[in-house]
Amino acid sequence: MEWLFEIYTALPRVVQVLLQIVAVLVPLMLSVAYLTFAERKVIGYMHVRLGPNRVGPKGWLQPIADAVKLIFKEIIIPSGANKYLFIISPVLSIAPALAAWAVIPFDDGVALANVNAGLLYVLAITSIGVYGVIIAGWASNSKYALLGAMRSAAQIVAYEIAMGFALVGVLMASGSLNLGAIVHAQKGDFGFVNWFFIPLFPLFVIYFISGIAETNRAPFDVAEGESEIVAGFHVEYSGMAFAVFFLAEYANMILVSALAALMFLGGWLSPLDGILPQSFMAVPVVGEVLGSGFHWLLLKIAVLLFIFLWLRATFPRYRYDQIMRLGWKVFIPITIVWLLLLGIMILWRVAPWFSGLG
Amino acid sequence: MGAEKFLFYIFSVLIIFSATMVITVRNPVKASLFLVLTFFFSAVIWLLLEAEFLAIALVLVYVGAVMVLFLFVVMMLDVNLERLKAGFIRYLPVGIAVALIMVTFIISVVGGGAFSLAKIAEPARHLADYSNTKEIGSVLYTVYVYPFEIAAVILLVAIVAAIALTLRHRPETKYQNPVRQIGVTKSERIRIIQMPTEKKK
Repeated sequence: MEWLFEIYTALPRVVQVLLQIVAVLVPLMLSVAYLTFAERKVIGYMHVRLGPNRVGPKGWLQPIADAVKLIFKEIIIPSGANKYLFIISPVLSIAPALAAWAVIPFDDGVALANVNAGLLYVLAITSIGVYGVIIAGWASNSKYALLGAMRSAAQIVAYEIAMGFALVGVLMASGSLNLGAIVHAQKGDFGFVNWFFIPLFPLFVIYFISGIAETNRAPFDVAEGESEIVAGFHVEYSGMAFAVFFLAEYANMILVSALAALMFLGGWLSPLDGILPQSFMAVPVVGEVLGSGFHWLLLKIAVLLFIFLWLRATFPRYRYDQIMRLGWKVFIPITIVWLLLLGIMILWRVAPWFSGLG
Repeated sequence: MGAEKFLFYIFSVLIIFSATMVITVRNPVKASLFLVLTFFFSAVIWLLLEAEFLAIALVLVYVGAVMVLFLFVVMMLDVNLERLKAGFIRYLPVGIAVALIMVTFIISVVGGGAFSLAKIAEPARHLADYSNTKEIGSVLYTVYVYPFEIAAVILLVAIVAAIALTLRHRPETKYQNPVRQIGVTKSERIRIIQMPTEKKK
């Protein structure tokens, strides 16, 4: 291992950064592939059927088979479509989904870029993702696609406001826009009680639901409502171009879960952090597992992703006007009221969350 | 030439290119997409100036929200391209004349001298842990708190006015009342009746 590290330090800075990006994106892409498998399996069991179980042992090679199939399919460009925009829009939808991972801290100080305004960066980058959908809908020269794009644009703009307000709550509670500092602000003597999901509970729920709406997942998937507009904005896409949209959607799901875990559920902190005595952490294996670390972040992301799938199997699709009503008339007022309450809580230094704020 | 200067020139050229495309490209959807690109490159220039809050706010507000709604409208309107192109030659002299007058005015008011490197001091460089966002916030909520809040109130009035102007209650439109929909009880929807079972003879 030593010689590997020596080679790494000898490399020019650009190559080092590229290697770091690869080190984040390759596991991310693998997780995306296996998230599709997990989705089919989980929903399968919820429907009391087996799900994919033919390709490889217990169906474990299914995502690989799907990817190979999609790569070798022809990409059909519809007549009358705007060729450049048609090809560029999948790229526009996956690029922000991946770029946002630059500021996500995986452990204490382990992030591609330790940006001061990390939270703002994430919000700005994810708001660009909507262009992929809109441009795809318009460039396809198809009415179904255009309708899907319009629905999606209105929905994403509506829920971004509620999401932004939820993030303002996190910013107020932690006093920082840096995601690492936000996790540090949730560290305390009471373990999981110190996490922000308790004082910010309505904001946590609203953030997660808005995240589902932003990623166009069921029950908010009117942008691709099969029963109404075939497949929405990606009706005309086939092969790898379609797969890239799919990858973007799943990468965004993982991103939303990761952000929710970092901002409300204490990120890489262990739920027993601070409760267990310091000497306990020195115990060889148990201390490592129960102490804070990357595995806790992974576990939290996995649980949130499971909730994504669970919701999809449970709820019927929202009607379009109900989505708008929920976003504008329910979520935004709740967030504004909760921000006022949060201000009062911070003013009174409510322990244990806000007693340490300067 | 440092890397920063190199980036500055690349993005300046890109801004000028995309801004020109906004006004020369025929298709209105493409024009607004080039406008998005212009905003994006301007944000990069601001990042080079260490104004990261402004840069991110530009992307967040203009690229992420305003232009999305703009595209929304442009895509819904089926703009007739033939009618846009008609009369271009006929109106060209007037257009050139107006443009010349505007440029002369701008040059006479602002002048070329205002833009030399000597006139504008180089922005002070800060360390990596300097938070631009925090600085803007602390100035905005102390020194400029009244202008800031007055601007907020004016915007709120504008929102209320825009909604009030476009809101019409038409008696023939049917609305759903979500409160009533959620609060519906079994007794309102179903009636359980007792029927004697059929007797086989």
